[in-house]
Amino acid sequence: MKNKNSQGAQECPSRCPDNSAFKQQKLPAWKPKLTAPSVLSSFFTIGVFCLLMGICIILSARSVKEIQINYSDICLSCSKLRENSSNWDKECNCSVHFTLQENMLGDVFMYYRLQNFYQNHRRYALSRSDAQLLGQDVNIENSNCAPFTTYPNGTPMAPCGAIANSMFNDSIQLSYHLNSYTAIQVPWLKSGNSWWSDKNVKFRNPTSYNLSSAFAGTTRPPYWQKPAYLLDEEDERNNGYINDDFIIWMRVSAFPTFRNLYRRLHHTNQFADGLPAGNYTFHITYNFPVTRLKGKKQVVLSTITWSGGSNLFLGIAYTVSGAVTVLAGFIITAIHLKLRKKKTYFQR
Amino acid sequence: MEFSINQEIWLRLWSIWCAGEEKRVGTRTVFVGHRPVSETDAYVEQKFCDNRIVSSKYTVWNFLPKNLFEQFRRIANFYFLIIFLVQVIVDTPTSPVTSGLPLFFVIIVTAIKQGYEDWLRHRADKEVNKSSVFIVENAKQVKKHSEKIKVGDIVEVKADETFPCDLIFLASSNDDGTCYVTTASLDGESNFKTHYAVRDTTGLRTDNDIDSLTATIECEQPQPDLYKFVGRINVYRSNQEPVARSLGPENLLLKGSTLKNTKTIYGVAVYTGMETKMALNYQGKSQKRSAVEKSINAFLIVYLCILVSKATVCTTLKYIWQNNPFNDEPWYNQKTKKEKETFKILRMFTDFLSFMVLFNFIIPVSMYVTVEMQKFLGSFFIAWDKEMYDEEIKEGALVNTSDLNEELGQVEYVFTDKTGTLTENSMKFIECCIDGHKYKGGISEVDGFSHTDGPLKYYGKAEKCREELFLRALCLCHTVQIKEGDNVDGLIVNQERSTYISSSPDEIALVKGAKKYGFTFLGHEADFMKVQNQKNEIEKYQLLHVLNFDPVRRRMSVIVKTSTGKFLLFCKGADSSIFPRVQQDEIHQTKVHVERNAMDGYRTLCVAFKELTQEDYKKMNEQLSEAKMALQDREEKMARIFDDIETDMHLIGATAVEDRLQEHAAETIEALQTAGMKVWVLTGDKMETAKSTCYASRLFQTNTELLELTTKAMGDSDRKEDRLHELLLEYHKKLVQDFPKNSGKLKRSWTVSQEYGLIIDGSTLSLILNPSQDSSSSNYKSIFLQICLKCTAVLCCRMAPLQKAQIVRMVKNTKGNPITLSIGDGANDVSMILEAHVGIGIKGKEGRQAARNSDYAVPRFKHLRKLLLAHGHLYYVRIAHLVQYFFYKNLCFILPQFLYQFFCGFSQQPLYDAAYLTMYNICFTSLPILAYSLLEQHINIETLTSDPRLYMKISDNAMLQWKPFLYWTFLGAFEGLVFFFGVYFLFQNSSLEDNGKVFGNWTFGTIVFTILVFTVTLKLALDTRFWTWMNHLVIWGSLAFYVFFSFFWGGIIWPFLKQQRMYFVFAHMVTSLSTWLAIVLLIFISLFPEILLVVFKNAKRKNHQTVPFSLPMLLSYKPMENGYISEMKIEDAVTNFTQRCHLRIPQMQQL
Repeated sequence: MKNKNSQGAQECPSRCPDNSAFKQQKLPAWKPKLTAPSVLSSFFTIGVFCLLMGICIILSARSVKEIQINYSDICLSCSKLRENSSNWDKECNCSVHFTLQENMLGDVFMYYRLQNFYQNHRRYALSRSDAQLLGQDVNIENSNCAPFTTYPNGTPMAPCGAIANSMFNDSIQLSYHLNSYTAIQVPWLKSGNSWWSDKNVKFRNPTSYNLSSAFAGTTRPPYWQKPAYLLDEEDERNNGYINDDFIIWMRVSAFPTFRNLYRRLHHTNQFADGLPAGNYTFHITYNFPVTRLKGKKQVVLSTITWSGGSNLFLGIAYTVSGAVTVLAGFIITAIHLKLRKKKTYFQR
Repeated sequence: MEFSINQEIWLRLWSIWCAGEEKRVGTRTVFVGHRPVSETDAYVEQKFCDNRIVSSKYTVWNFLPKNLFEQFRRIANFYFLIIFLVQVIVDTPTSPVTSGLPLFFVIIVTAIKQGYEDWLRHRADKEVNKSSVFIVENAKQVKKHSEKIKVGDIVEVKADETFPCDLIFLASSNDDGTCYVTTASLDGESNFKTHYAVRDTTGLRTDNDIDSLTATIECEQPQPDLYKFVGRINVYRSNQEPVARSLGPENLLLKGSTLKNTKTIYGVAVYTGMETKMALNYQGKSQKRSAVEKSINAFLIVYLCILVSKATVCTTLKYIWQNNPFNDEPWYNQKTKKEKETFKILRMFTDFLSFMVLFNFIIPVSMYVTVEMQKFLGSFFIAWDKEMYDEEIKEGALVNTSDLNEELGQVEYVFTDKTGTLTENSMKFIECCIDGHKYKGGISEVDGFSHTDGPLKYYGKAEKCREELFLRALCLCHTVQIKEGDNVDGLIVNQERSTYISSSPDEIALVKGAKKYGFTFLGHEADFMKVQNQKNEIEKYQLLHVLNFDPVRRRMSVIVKTSTGKFLLFCKGADSSIFPRVQQDEIHQTKVHVERNAMDGYRTLCVAFKELTQEDYKKMNEQLSEAKMALQDREEKMARIFDDIETDMHLIGATAVEDRLQEHAAETIEALQTAGMKVWVLTGDKMETAKSTCYASRLFQTNTELLELTTKAMGDSDRKEDRLHELLLEYHKKLVQDFPKNSGKLKRSWTVSQEYGLIIDGSTLSLILNPSQDSSSSNYKSIFLQICLKCTAVLCCRMAPLQKAQIVRMVKNTKGNPITLSIGDGANDVSMILEAHVGIGIKGKEGRQAARNSDYAVPRFKHLRKLLLAHGHLYYVRIAHLVQYFFYKNLCFILPQFLYQFFCGFSQQPLYDAAYLTMYNICFTSLPILAYSLLEQHINIETLTSDPRLYMKISDNAMLQWKPFLYWTFLGAFEGLVFFFGVYFLFQNSSLEDNGKVFGNWTFGTIVFTILVFTVTLKLALDTRFWTWMNHLVIWGSLAFYVFFSFFWGGIIWPFLKQQRMYFVFAHMVTSLSTWLAIVLLIFISLFPEILLVVFKNAKRKNHQTVPFSLPMLLSYKPMENGYISEMKIEDAVTNFTQRCHLRIPQMQQL
């Protein structure tokens, strides 16, 4: 460094430094200044904006109707049965009755909610093969799917990995009691619940003339009751890896308590505007064990607004910070006025 | 990263290798032209190293291993390498790429830079080594590459060529066997030095002649001292006794210097290649480390502790959590076989390492790169500064090291030389006195200088012969040369067509002074000096000996033989070295004048003479020649003989030469003192002169009480120690014990009621520093130091160069380790420049040695003001902010990752995607802070320069103390908490999109990361007070780049990735309105405390106006006022408040 500098200096005949603004550190620059009017006006503007925003969000969040039923507690017998893994092939059904006091208008979404289920555990979250899910013919031995890679006889699992293996497999249906005698099934939409990019790009079935042959040579994961190509026998475009329930499950949740979208209301007949008030029953095929983990399962029915589901956090946060900003604005104004008063006092 | 190359070690290794088994002690014998002395002696060629100069470090094949080895010797790099290796070996949450990529980026950039620099050196070496030289072989000139020169070769050098190696001068085209040489590239002295050939070889002016020479040269082994050389040449002639002649530095032509005004010379190579004096002198300086760097290391340790404790906490909690079997291995998440088989202890250890790796980003790799870049690039601004360019010498400031930029803002003690630093060092002859009669400013009339004036009433006129003797002495007793025609840089005295050249400006002034009075020195002619006297006659004197000036003797003499055959010795020197050597009765009258002149700030010299008898001279001549022939201890022997010769002289008179104060020197000193720096003047000059300079430069004010610790104050030589003891105790009592109790708090304040100044001289200092074995006096040093630290100004006069360094070291090592700065221009200041924390050289008239050895060189003393007050201040603020910001941004980067472990079963699940982890410090947040740290001017340069008190706000490393550090740490922690829990609560929502779809963990991490990137960038924007287009570009550009990159990274299924975690995550995130709202709100909440603080501080600051500008201050800045408000007690605050009310009036308009 030293040599270079001194050499450079000695080589050029005129060593006078350039008179450029940059080299003289005199670049034109904006020097922000805090003046009372700008500070105060921005404080009040921001404060008022936050307050208004917060109230809006709170109002809209309160308009969300949500009902949450903990069916792992209600279906105790089924929960008990599932505690022992040897009973995995015994079917267990359970019905949960509830009454909707108000109409749930608009889009109604059915979620399942799991508590104390560590989908974000590193070992678990790693255990998948995105290449396999892309429909590529890969050797999953090289993937992170362990310990759910192959069976002892060498047959690979499709899909492999702990996430896929532990897919939520309860089936939940809702019936609406028109009166005490007749009950009709509430129609739900199974597809269109996952991200478009996942459904159409990230998840692809292996190509073959039909789906079952595409999965030839592979077996279902050990905890699954049916192979992947039978996930949705009615809809070809919701089967195999591109099954919406599967795709949603594969998106690992951020926290051990989480909910995943299960079904969307199909607006037909009585349900064109949403769920009318009345008596309902959930018919649940209870397959997914949670009590072993000290966990809980809930089913959630919820409407939604422009800001998403029901959560007061955002609204409260906006309101509080708006209030604090306005308060700070007032304090600054007070200081400012006090100073001005003193000034006029001294001027007199 | 280390951008400067440590050549020292390598050169040293080289020279060791070069020297081989040959022993360094003793002498070497060189056979001129490789000719054996006699046929009988077997000619054994000695092994010397060849003339190849190798300054490069690497070769093509050793570059990679060697460079890598050197880079990984740095602790930081090594740490990151270890982290990387852990990631490769152990199963860790982040891929090795995340830490490997930044590390390799750094390593590769550094390697490329070092490789390029080495390539440049290779090229330069090649240019030197392949340059052609002419060697005389068998009476013929042979053209060879320079690297082929062997010791003993006879080399021919032509005018304006540089010498290819160290040569012994044999003959030149000049009849008298002299040649002129400039050593500008060696020590910067641009004057021409005369070198002499040995008398016996001067006649050999052709290739044939020179080929007939049979001689051997015995000389010492190579030594780095440029000005020392001892050797002997034996010239063999057929059927004659060999003639031995002594060789000294005047016979040695050094590699690197240039031949001037001489057509050709012949020389024989004695030292070649890496053994030349130039190569031996080419040494790096000891590494100086700045206070900022020490702070960085301290913070680093804190963060390392945080890192380790985080990893420990997580590991412990993980195993507590896993105690529950359904947590350890739930049905859905079974362990792999490998995991089950490993031992628990080993598992715990790997877990710990994994956590370390996960959190290791808290210690940023890129900080080192950024700091280095900032220092390297930032230092250009000093060299580019036009205000520090001097028209006269046509040079600007020079930066020799970029490591100390910020230290310029931390200086507490300034040690300055006087001559050439405070003063111009361009001497003007003012007056003289002859036999006690004063002559001033007289314009010579025909019969001498009768015209005199001045306050002295009793002056008369000295006898004519004394006048003439005095003027002759001035004309003869010097080493000035005449240079005709050709213009030389430096000491030019233009006069019709000839120029006086000398290494000392005093001599020129004296010679010019004599000329004014009618005696003109006309130059040398062979051994004769020509002087034109008042009657325009030319007098010739044979110059017999020059007893050169040296700083120990502080005098020089010449011995001449007049045309009438008389032997005369003229001696001039400092009064203290002349007075003891002359007849005591002559002293008195002259002494009055000398002291009066010294009081006026003039440099005085006394002139004495002595007439020698033939016998005396003969004896002396023998002694001198003998001493000159001596191979060992020549200097000592010479000095002893000089001492003997220069006795019993007769005092003729004294001269007074004025050294004008440098332009703005006084203002600069005043500014430095106002800025809280203590200025000490260390000079070799005498007390009175130095004192008056100090008054003139306002170092001492009229109300400064002076405390003197000088030989004069000490009085009698017998009781020196006792008297010193008394004085020290008295001053100590006055300054330290009786001082108000709160004195400590006023340490840097500029409102001390009574100012004290201390004067001490060299002999007293040595008495204090090296007391005799008396136990009572052993604590002199500490008492002295306490006194010194209480004084506002200290003047040390009559200092030897080493004593200057001693003083600096003494102050440097006091409690609190204050930052010292030395500034000087001459070779005698080098030791103190090297000793101080920051060494500044003035590119003055006494050569370049000071500038070469300094860290920074400026053309004039006044430039120190801008260098310290503006550049130093800004660099300090910039780098301090840079460091704090780096730690802050990485703390709030990693804290959410740490918190996330509590929600994922301590499974080391990373919160952010690997790409974000890698890019955060490299791409997303690095450029804005770099631009800030190069361009920021929180206070504009003019204000900084004009208001020195601002300098005190950053004193004592204010912005890197623990308090600001804690502030930044808390800020980082607060923001980390806000990021994480804000988004955590947001995620309690069933759905964030209005179509009911849900987000996963990567969206969570991405939201946190987005808020993080925006917040830290906007935080920097809040701190930026100087928005140039570059700041705008990098700040908004970085944010835009982040958004662009996120779309890009999530928009493609990357075939090389095992997991497509980020696929469309960012795109989905931005479709959610509530995510937008949350991001905006959380950024606002994170920055809100900072905004509030700035606004309140700004409002408060406007209340008590002391500063003439209205910019919001940085938060980690010291509060304004007298520099000690932070330590002020409440009572003081109350009393201050009443005063403040009055002060408040003018600035109320502001709010």
